[in-house]
Amino acid sequence: MLIFYALLLFMIIAALIAVETKNLLGAVICVGAIGFGGALMFLFLRAPDIAITQIVVEVLSLIILIRATIARHVTPVSGDREFVGAVVSVAIVLTLFVAGVKVLDALPPFGDPIFVRTPGAASQTYLEQGLRQTGAANIVSSVILDYRAYDTLGEATVLFTSILGAAAILRGKSRKLVKESDA
Amino acid sequence: MLYAMCFALFMLGLYCAVVKKNMVKIVLGIVIMEYAVNLFLILLGFRTDAVAPIVDRQFLETGADGMTVTGAFLRQAVDPLPQALVLTSIVISLGTLALMISVCIRIYGKYGTFDITEIRRLKG
Repeated sequence: MLIFYALLLFMIIAALIAVETKNLLGAVICVGAIGFGGALMFLFLRAPDIAITQIVVEVLSLIILIRATIARHVTPVSGDREFVGAVVSVAIVLTLFVAGVKVLDALPPFGDPIFVRTPGAASQTYLEQGLRQTGAANIVSSVILDYRAYDTLGEATVLFTSILGAAAILRGKSRKLVKESDA
Repeated sequence: MLYAMCFALFMLGLYCAVVKKNMVKIVLGIVIMEYAVNLFLILLGFRTDAVAPIVDRQFLETGADGMTVTGAFLRQAVDPLPQALVLTSIVISLGTLALMISVCIRIYGKYGTFDITEIRRLKG
């Protein structure tokens, strides 16, 4: 139990540094620290599949983020937005936080998941029937590849669409633009 | 308490996305929010003294209709449904991050700065 608090504290401190540091590369590395802390936390939360995925995704996203920040003569963007706007934003964020923490009281305590109390919950059915119906020992993979396979299909569609969009945005100038700049 | 800390992490990301002027910082704020939400969903499904939702040999028993899982597994396994959905969400967050960063790189190539107020000024 203590390890969860320690890891979450580590993640919050890394997030604080990432938010407040002036060095962009440092901020990116701090976000990587949050991600790997999260992967470790998933491992302790008995979610090995997610921990593996998180590590892979984290490495890839660090490469993408460093590609954006390194080797650019980044002019330091000093300060926040207008003072009044910043104060109002902080006030709104704090208000939301206080209100949200009140809502969290309505949840069952940590370590007592909701699906146990719900009769006929989908999770319970997956745990009971997953092995027999799909033949997969890993219930998570039986959910993503069998019970909710359309979800995974949609995920792949979204992923490839976004990569397509990124490729379209990053593509060099089109012929029309090149011609216009020559003229 | 853990939920509240997770929520604080989310709020840090929101603050970063709302207040900062640097485009890459805004993207980092959104990424932090994604981490917090994923972590929160997994925290909701955790059980004390739990095992991963993977049927080990010790949780198998031979019943009347073939192999079935034992009651110990049903009492101990964590919730598999949020894990499956968060798996999807993590992969999609990589796609959105790639898209956001490519927009940032493109804007940097056009305006030569990551400062969103400068970009507004140059356009008008």
